Amino acid sequence: MKSMYIAFLAVAVIAVLANFGLDYAGFSASERTSGPSVRLD
Amino acid sequence: MPLRHLIPLIALLVILTAPLPGQAQQTAPANDRSATGGATTLEDILARQKGLSVDDSYRSEALGSPDLAAPNSDALGTLGGISQSEDWRALRYNKADVTASAKGPAADVLIQDEGMVWLAFRKGPLRTYGGWLLLGTMGLLALFYLIRGKIRIDGALTGRKVLRFPPIERFSHWLLAGSFILLGVTGLVQLFGRFFIIPFIGREAFSPVAIAGKWVHNNVAWAFMVGLVLVTVLWIAHNIPNRHDLKWLAVGGGLFSKGVHPPAKKFNAGQKLIFWAVIVLGLSISATGVSLLFPFELPMFASTFETLNTLGLPQALGFGELTVNFAPHVEMQLALTWHSIVAFLFMAIILAHIYLGSVGMQGAFDAMGSGEVDEQWAKEHHGLWLEEVKQLSAGKSPSKPTE
Repeated sequence: MKSMYIAFLAVAVIAVLANFGLDYAGFSASERTSGPSVRLD
Repeated sequence: MPLRHLIPLIALLVILTAPLPGQAQQTAPANDRSATGGATTLEDILARQKGLSVDDSYRSEALGSPDLAAPNSDALGTLGGISQSEDWRALRYNKADVTASAKGPAADVLIQDEGMVWLAFRKGPLRTYGGWLLLGTMGLLALFYLIRGKIRIDGALTGRKVLRFPPIERFSHWLLAGSFILLGVTGLVQLFGRFFIIPFIGREAFSPVAIAGKWVHNNVAWAFMVGLVLVTVLWIAHNIPNRHDLKWLAVGGGLFSKGVHPPAKKFNAGQKLIFWAVIVLGLSISATGVSLLFPFELPMFASTFETLNTLGLPQALGFGELTVNFAPHVEMQLALTWHSIVAFLFMAIILAHIYLGSVGMQGAFDAMGSGEVDEQWAKEHHGLWLEEVKQLSAGKSPSKPTE
């Protein structure tokens, strides 16, 4: 069962990395869809 | 983009399953609108009420023109040649010259008429047929269980264990399976939450559930794609069809009768069908999913329809050329629609897989749990594979069978 638990952990790790990675790479919704005259923060 | 090649096949399936030309919506006869000055007539309204398709170019092209503006000195000169109704019409038909502060191709589309078709489909047939497909599959599996019961090992357990799936294969399977279940549940929450969860917990409580579900769906998708690549690489060679599959299929794999054990290698014909379904549906759902993850940046359907038009397939089937000039939103709506249809099919197939891998068959879960199965189980369900394993282990180490 160890492989299954490690895989489930990997799912969580990949998801978190994807979230922060895409955000860091400039793929956040605010960066992709708002212009300089749109303030979201 | 390699995945793009998959879309034409999918679109072809859509065309093949679409209504026949004879059943297509009929077009209303040409109408003389001189009495209304070119505006909608009673005949147009009656034609719509009869369900006929009315050519609305008389409206979409009636957008006024600054050149027609009366001189400022005239009584109506301030309208500038374009009335307010013509302005709104231009917005509705996406022909207005719009400047927006937001970025992206969709920012300057203020009214997207086709969106209503998508919304109606999502709220209606998609939920209804998708929901019944899942419930029907669960019902059939429950019925199968009641009639057939658990598929048990016919012979006596030997106590000798055979390694069926090494750790990397089990890891890959569970990476794909775990992410799939999360994606399935969160996808269903997004689609059905408004109707089945809000009435019970209220809008305020559902909001964080929907937001969390969306986060999980968007980000766990990457784990699913990694798992899909891994299982493809690891198992594709074992899933090439062979002559034993026909024998297996001829007796239904022995699933419907006791004591029947058709020979099979590492994967039997049923598992191969599941494997190829996972690969094809997985690629399709990943392609549309990536398109949705990066809105408006990776459109696929217009280029697919162009390819199909070039090949002449829709024309050969009597559908004429498919539309390829979409509003940006239509690409997303088509992607989401196809993503959902594939997801429902995928979930129905995987429900059957989960059933057979857990409560439906004695000893099946061990193969993916501990990775080891009893030799008798292997003999009954994968006899040819067991022989291969034994021959291989005899050549290496008699005490430790390997793949």
